[in-house]
Amino acid sequence: MKDMIERLASKFNIKDINEHKSNQVFFTAEKIDIEGVILYLKEFEKYDQLTMISCVDYIEDGKFQLTYLLRNYDLNNDACIRVYIDRENPTMTSINELWAAARVYERELKEMFGIDFPGCPRVDDPFVLEGWDTIPPMRKDFDTKKYSEETYFPREGRTKKDPTEQMAEKMYPVEEEVKKSITKVFRDNSK
Amino acid sequence: MITIGQDSKPDDKAKELQNEFFCEALPKEVAPINNKIVQKFYNWAQANSMWVLAFGTGCGAIEMRPLYTARYDISRFGMAPRPTPRQSSLFIISGYASVKTLKRIVRSYEQMQNPKFVMGLGSCTINGGMYFDSYNTINRLDQYLPVDVYVAGCMPRPESLIAGFKKMKEIIKEGRAEGANKYARDFQWYKENQKKVIKDWNMPDYNW
Amino acid sequence: MRPIWNDTKDLDLKSGKYVKIWQGPQHPGVTGNMALEILLEGDEIMQLNTHVGYLHRGFEKLMERRKYIKCFPIVCRICVPEPDTNEYLFATAAEDLAGIEIPERAKWLRALNLEMARLGATIMGIGGQAGSFGLGTIGQWSVAHRDLILDLFEELTGGRIYHMYMLPGGVRHEPPAGFEDRLEKVLVKTEKLMYDIDKVMFNNYVFKSRAVGLGVLPKEWIKPFGVTGTTARASGVKYDVRKDHPYLIYDQLDFEPTTGTVGDVYERTVLRKKEVLLSVDLIRQILAKMPRTGSVRTKIPDILHWKVPAGETYVKAESGRGEYGYYMVSDGSEYPRRVHVRGASYTHAMALLEKMAEGVTNADIFGLMVSLQTCPPEIER
Repeated sequence: MKDMIERLASKFNIKDINEHKSNQVFFTAEKIDIEGVILYLKEFEKYDQLTMISCVDYIEDGKFQLTYLLRNYDLNNDACIRVYIDRENPTMTSINELWAAARVYERELKEMFGIDFPGCPRVDDPFVLEGWDTIPPMRKDFDTKKYSEETYFPREGRTKKDPTEQMAEKMYPVEEEVKKSITKVFRDNSK
Repeated sequence: MITIGQDSKPDDKAKELQNEFFCEALPKEVAPINNKIVQKFYNWAQANSMWVLAFGTGCGAIEMRPLYTARYDISRFGMAPRPTPRQSSLFIISGYASVKTLKRIVRSYEQMQNPKFVMGLGSCTINGGMYFDSYNTINRLDQYLPVDVYVAGCMPRPESLIAGFKKMKEIIKEGRAEGANKYARDFQWYKENQKKVIKDWNMPDYNW
Repeated sequence: MRPIWNDTKDLDLKSGKYVKIWQGPQHPGVTGNMALEILLEGDEIMQLNTHVGYLHRGFEKLMERRKYIKCFPIVCRICVPEPDTNEYLFATAAEDLAGIEIPERAKWLRALNLEMARLGATIMGIGGQAGSFGLGTIGQWSVAHRDLILDLFEELTGGRIYHMYMLPGGVRHEPPAGFEDRLEKVLVKTEKLMYDIDKVMFNNYVFKSRAVGLGVLPKEWIKPFGVTGTTARASGVKYDVRKDHPYLIYDQLDFEPTTGTVGDVYERTVLRKKEVLLSVDLIRQILAKMPRTGSVRTKIPDILHWKVPAGETYVKAESGRGEYGYYMVSDGSEYPRRVHVRGASYTHAMALLEKMAEGVTNADIFGLMVSLQTCPPEIER
């Protein structure tokens, strides 16, 4: 694991290396040489299974973080590559030629985050949503509760109540009244 | 090659063909028979031969399987799973219905022949349940389909489902299961609600 | 050269040779809700497109607006037949970020819970596989048998399908008195059931003639398609998360992952049977080696407003269908920043099924689909 990182660092510009667990390493690569890093890991370091591609929305920085997770069968460890791309008009190189599994992940990211992967087959087909007409739902600025309330006829009665107040009101109304009046007297006196 | 409904976009030729295949008549209400004894007999017969459409729309479908097997065995009540809507009279919406499924649910429901009943299974058909804030699941089933009986719980046990069936039978025997008639009466209102959530409506309104 | 998975056939759709049909979501053969858009020439499938999304609830979005502890009731609903893997992985991911060590006994109880869930799901999977080839009896047996396991779950956790037994810091409570004896009885029944199924299904001429040689998955496709679990092991790739990345107490158990060589539907089903027997064996080992005393839960202060330290992690476990993973990013607040669920059958059901379906007859497509262990709720979440 350490050797792999050293060899990789000598060839590419990688930073933020985080070995949280003994068989897992996270590091950040530049967007410009992501193809190189992934190809190097696949061909020379035998990280030849793509476990997943994920995306994190850092709305405050205006960035998307893409995470590629590769697995090495011989050494049984994972390499996680982070890449930051712009939030405005996000585009990323498709890696569907390297792994078939990437096709599905890229299709999902396109729909859920609006990240475009030019060249990936069926990437523009709808994946799970049908007739979606607002911003992609997994972005942080999409408010799912508001959307649900506006669209799906919420049933009334879903209100939040503070258990203390509710109990006092329903079960001990007299005591509550006395308590309130005593507090009021105290407050008036202290003025 | 004709592909209508589902995800394909019907081109002009397909649209013409569509008019040949489907009529535009709207559903009609079925009035009860004047003779009370015959009507009672009908109700009794309907209550004792509820065939379930085997369309697991949500996660509640996993509790439907035990019902068909030895332990709970709903054959005792004259019920059986049927693979096609044409042969079934009871549609169990088993749990949450996402928008994409709702489109198929509506289509399956309209394909069913009278008498037909709907049972909402789980809290998510009542008020959204656990997914009240989800952007892709509907909150109230009764806005889109007439529901006769709700079974609450997440997820309801097979016993509570059987209790729901019992209730359903009572309602049918008393002649109060008027869901299909209600659907025919308030057809425009139901369609309006359905079209509000199903954004790409590429099928005829009532066509089966 | 284009890779095999990007090969597209040039089909003249206007020639009148092909018929396009849809199977699902309203179809009794589909596991979960999924639609297959099939292009047929005669009885042979030329092209298959899968359509998912009928069960999408947006879990990953819902988790972002719930506190950690409030996520537990919803994570288990991601996978309906085997919810415990989700609970375990979500709890572990949060514990991993927070650096919490769980008590020894809790580890064993978690492993016990996971194995029982796998047992139930795999038995039902065998029933589904038989049902897809028209052997309805096995489906009846296996679903009825699964009820016995669900009863045990009810005793242990209080829930039949969704358990929410694992919480951050351990498990909820001790198993009830006499639980182990009743579990042992069910295990014995399971072995008997497997013996019966062996006679009725695996030596059945109808099943054999349909399943042998159907849907052969070559070994070199495993890595590009990201296939894991019994589907990969049936083709000869010996990868089992329990063995290769031992979590919980799996390094203290004595077992060997099940493997096959051919990788057709028959082999994959045989492997499921072996998996059931392996689970039975593992449960027995766990019961024998489990410490009888000790606490089952580490207390976490102020669990309702638990702030998980910033960081990111990926944890994985072996579910009945393959490697299940959770990728969790925390920014130090009370809400998870991002949770990505890597469903085990995510790639099996879409990219792989589309490729493997070519040349299969229309009648066999559901047998193939079930043998790849597709589980739509975990694909679309």
